[in-house]
Order: sequence, then structure tokens, then C-alpha cells
Amino acid sequence: MTSLTLVRRIAARPSIVFDALTTPEGIACWWGPDAGPVLLAETDVRIGGRFRVRFRTLDGSEHESSGEYLEVARPERLAMSWRWEGGEDPGESLVEIDLRATAEGTELTFTHSRLHDEDTRRSHEEGWNGALDKLQRHFS
Amino acid sequence: MVNYSAQLDRTFAALVDPTRRAILARLEREDGASVSELARPFAIKLPAIMKHLDVLDDAGLITRSKVGRTVTVRLSPQPMRAAMDWLRRYERFWSRSLDRLAAYAERKEAEARKSGR
Repeated sequence: MTSLTLVRRIAARPSIVFDALTTPEGIACWWGPDAGPVLLAETDVRIGGRFRVRFRTLDGSEHESSGEYLEVARPERLAMSWRWEGGEDPGESLVEIDLRATAEGTELTFTHSRLHDEDTRRSHEEGWNGALDKLQRHFS
Repeated sequence: MVNYSAQLDRTFAALVDPTRRAILARLEREDGASVSELARPFAIKLPAIMKHLDVLDDAGLITRSKVGRTVTVRLSPQPMRAAMDWLRRYERFWSRSLDRLAAYAERKEAEARKSGR
């Protein structure tokens, strides 16, 4: 519950999905909460390299997020730190993406977590998200 | 904004521990419980439970009130709601982004196959 996990099954091989996640051309086609345009996408896809993406939402407001690539293992795994410019949600969080080859293409597991310390990693391993999902339902 | 962020960090840090989550889940079901009632299901000593309650209290997730010798613990839902809001915001963002990512990658896959790769 301190993290968000989403899973998608995609009819494309992992290397294609990985490139869609990391190339400016790919990012321009999908990044953002609605159909508003991506205005700028810069990526330096190596450990310690940075990304920066600026986009406009349909309500006309512009947002920019940036971060650092922490793990780059094409085509299986990508991890990056994440922060918003302009203080709309201060603080840094962690994005992790795992790509698993399947018969149909790729299973993508996406996790965005608020904390990225040892505690969080440990509890991910304990698989406690399910337990908290139950709690979350009570609060939604 | 800074305080809001610090509060979120405290909430999430408090929620990382499974014992603390179990305590919150129970307080969610029951409208208040005594410390000894809360301690009963766990194979840990009362002082350890007290420590967990301190963390939850510091994060603003519970309140404690004392009547006579009994301390009653209650859930204080506001910080939890803020944490949920944070998660929901990102869920909206990523859910829609990943849908478009999938569509884009599938288009690329079709192109690659057409050109025999």
C-alpha cells in the first residue's frame, strides 16, 4: 500500500516494450494521464543517466517529471527515481518495471513506491501488498 | 507542501511493518481496542507492542485515551486517506499511460513482423 503495482500483458516482445519505455520517440506516444501531448522527452538510458519528460494535459496545465536510471537491464528490468518539478508532490519516489517474456509477448509489472529504502524492499519480498489492499478497500 | 510530504513519509514508513498493519486492520474493524486486546494475537511482548503503537501514534494513525488503568486505542483515518490519495493519483497517471504504452508497443511489434524481424 505504500506502493502502486500494475500489471499489463502486451502483445509485443520485451525488447520492443523496453524501447517504448525508454526512447524519446516511444515516450512521446504514451506518457501522461490523458491524450495531451508530450512536449519534451530526454533520456540517457544507463545507470546514473537521467530522464526528463514534460507534458501538457487536456486541461492545459503543464507538468514535468525527471529522475535517474538506477537499474538498466534491457530487456528485463528498469528502475528509476522519480520526482515532479515545481513541487506539486515534493519528494522522490521509485519506479520499477519488470518485463517477462511470455508466449503472447510480455508481461509488464510496474511498481511506483513512495519509499525506496531497505524496509520497502524487504516488505516487497514479503509480498504484503495484498494484505494492505484489503485495508485499502475499506478506505476507498 | 513540505509538511505534507513529511507526513506522507511518516505514514508510509509506519505502514511498512506487518504487525503495525495488522493492528490498523483490526482497529478498522473494531471501534477501539485496549492495548492488551491488541497485543493478544501477536507472539510478541507488550513492550514491543507499545513501541509499534508509538510509531503509529507519531504518524498520526492512531489516538490513545486513558480511562482508569485502561488505554483505549482508536484509528485516526486522516493520514491514511492522504496516503490513499497519493496512490490514487499515481494509479490514474500510470494506468492510462501504460494502456497507451501497450498500444504503441503492439503497433511496433506488428511493424517489426511485417518487415520480417
